[in-house]
Amino acid sequence: MNEDITKSNKSAEDKDIKFTTNSEFFADTEDNQGKRPEKEKPINPYLIHSPLKYGKKFYISEFLAERFIQIVAFTSIAFILAIFYYVFQEASYAFRGEKPKVVQNSVQKKAETLVQESYGSDNVPDKQEKPELLQQEVYGAEPSNPATSDTNTVASSSLEKGRDKSTELQTTGQEKSATIAELLFANDTIQGKASYIWQPIGERPKYSFIPLFFGAFKVTVIGLLIAAPIAILAAIFTTAFAPRWLREIMKPSIEILAGFPSVVIGFFCLITLATIVQQLFGTTFRLNSFVGGLGMAIAVIPIIYTVTEDALASVPKYMKEASLALGGSKWQTAYRVVLPAATPGVFAAIILGFGRAFGETMIVLMATGNAALVSGDIFESVRTMAATIGAEMAEVEFHSVHYGVLFLIGALLFVVTFSLNAIAEFWVRKRLLKRFQGK
Amino acid sequence: MFRKIIVLGLVSVFTLASISSLMGAEKITVKGSDTMVILAQRWAERYMSKNGNISIQVTGGGSGTGITALINGTTDICNASRPMKQSEIKKLKERFGTLGVEIPCAKDGLTVYLNQSNSVNNLSMQQLKDIYTGKITNWNQVGGKNAKIMLYSRENNSGTYVYFKDNVLKGADYSPSCQNLPGTAAVVNAVAKDVNGIGYGGAAYAKGIKHSKVNGIEPTKENIKNGSYPISRYLYMYLRNKPTGAMKKYIDWILGSEGQAIVNEIGYFPVK
Repeated sequence: MNEDITKSNKSAEDKDIKFTTNSEFFADTEDNQGKRPEKEKPINPYLIHSPLKYGKKFYISEFLAERFIQIVAFTSIAFILAIFYYVFQEASYAFRGEKPKVVQNSVQKKAETLVQESYGSDNVPDKQEKPELLQQEVYGAEPSNPATSDTNTVASSSLEKGRDKSTELQTTGQEKSATIAELLFANDTIQGKASYIWQPIGERPKYSFIPLFFGAFKVTVIGLLIAAPIAILAAIFTTAFAPRWLREIMKPSIEILAGFPSVVIGFFCLITLATIVQQLFGTTFRLNSFVGGLGMAIAVIPIIYTVTEDALASVPKYMKEASLALGGSKWQTAYRVVLPAATPGVFAAIILGFGRAFGETMIVLMATGNAALVSGDIFESVRTMAATIGAEMAEVEFHSVHYGVLFLIGALLFVVTFSLNAIAEFWVRKRLLKRFQGK
Repeated sequence: MFRKIIVLGLVSVFTLASISSLMGAEKITVKGSDTMVILAQRWAERYMSKNGNISIQVTGGGSGTGITALINGTTDICNASRPMKQSEIKKLKERFGTLGVEIPCAKDGLTVYLNQSNSVNNLSMQQLKDIYTGKITNWNQVGGKNAKIMLYSRENNSGTYVYFKDNVLKGADYSPSCQNLPGTAAVVNAVAKDVNGIGYGGAAYAKGIKHSKVNGIEPTKENIKNGSYPISRYLYMYLRNKPTGAMKKYIDWILGSEGQAIVNEIGYFPVK
């Protein structure tokens, strides 16, 4: 056997090229019995002891594993599509209320007052249907000042008025459905100027997407403007300038920072960072979009850093070595050769950071003050889309107009992040790749 | 061999623990008002330390959250700092066929928080309404220094928010520059750190800030009891059906002298 190997070693080397085409590779398998050529095939010593000599052998475990992975992949895609469908279906509740029409004087509506039984409070007067009885049962001393008449009525029945359900501010019972125009355009006027109001709880609920979308965009842009330069410069330092031992420490520690719970970041911003910012910049609003942006930057820096660092490290070594060989300094190499070559990866990193920041909930819920204002001032409170969902979803009645509007906000978040990723992936990356790799 | 013993020991400990927690111990879930969450926790702790066989879980989240949980069936008792609305009672009736049971368990004077260094001490109801709807924007219009008023409020899932809107703002909208914070503790923290801040919330949370008189009346026990403090309210517990068994004992204990003494401790006022 040995001499066969040594003898045919040379022939095998000569004939190496022959074995790269499919037809010759599988020429002596059982499948090709009908088409097997009669001539003698030289034995490839590399194939004698390997199962690949017979072509692809059927292993049951391999087959099952492949099928299982296929099933999991298709199920996850189907699951994601089902989530899309469910969110859009729930969002349709926003448009299923009554069409807006002239609202009559709703307080006079004769709805039957459902009265609950009370338990355990003996000396608290029973609730009656007729409000006249209530007014007589005054709780304790009457205030003696007749001048302030509104305090009189309020004070004597402030407690009982709270329990009396028949004087509750009655809505018409059928909620007004939200219209697209209302969501997108100005829906209220303050002091004669058109403005966008978000006040879903009240006699006349007011929905408007503009302040929410604007708020999310503002905080995201501020966060990215702070985070992206820091992260990219840190990645350049780690790849090009840091000694090896420092790199082994820096990369894992920043990647661990990515797992920092956002609630803790939000809490830190609320308690400490907001005070520091107010003292440094003298702002009127203590909780504003700048503080939210800073918190967002803390959350987003590890993501941008990791992906950028990977992109920079995977630039082919010959480019870097060529630049250094031609006399470029380290900084010139890093900034003018390596970074442009890695631009698609850096771009992908920034898009990832944007997606993360746009949907971030806890940080903005705690640190931005949640006031739905639309203005260019970065030291004003904002209300983002994700924080609105986070704050209001727990209390909303099932399948009401408010519920549908919240789901619509969620759907909008989906659509924005998805389309951004799609545009980045399919369109911009290709163009950047072509430009920076000289094709 | 040694490892097998350790694994076996751990597994048996876990199964014993889980079995014993399932057997015997009654569970009561309490969800709802953020204003009442300290009170509810204190009640639960004291009661559990006296009666070991029962386990009471208390969560906050706002009155609206609690009432929704009651309607959806995910809680036994719901704490609320506002009464249930007609639409909510209707939903409960559709879902469970009962109108629910309302139990007033404490009284509260809604306190208006001001920063310690603020020179204003008294605000009338009309001024409060104008401040929170945005008509009055500067402290010097109500007798303070020349600075912009910073409004802090609760989120709109809160009973306190709804109560304030109905009774003080008389249904008007809050000013759009009013900042909404998730919880009374957050409001207190914000007002304590902001010299121009004003906020509102339950009386039990008023630490580190000062409260203002409303219409010249202090939120003391007598004023709330006789109803002269204009924004006083009941704090409620809602159940689906009349309480029986272990829940009845718990609620009777709350309404009895021990429970009401705890109410005093926390800073609210007893219901009787």
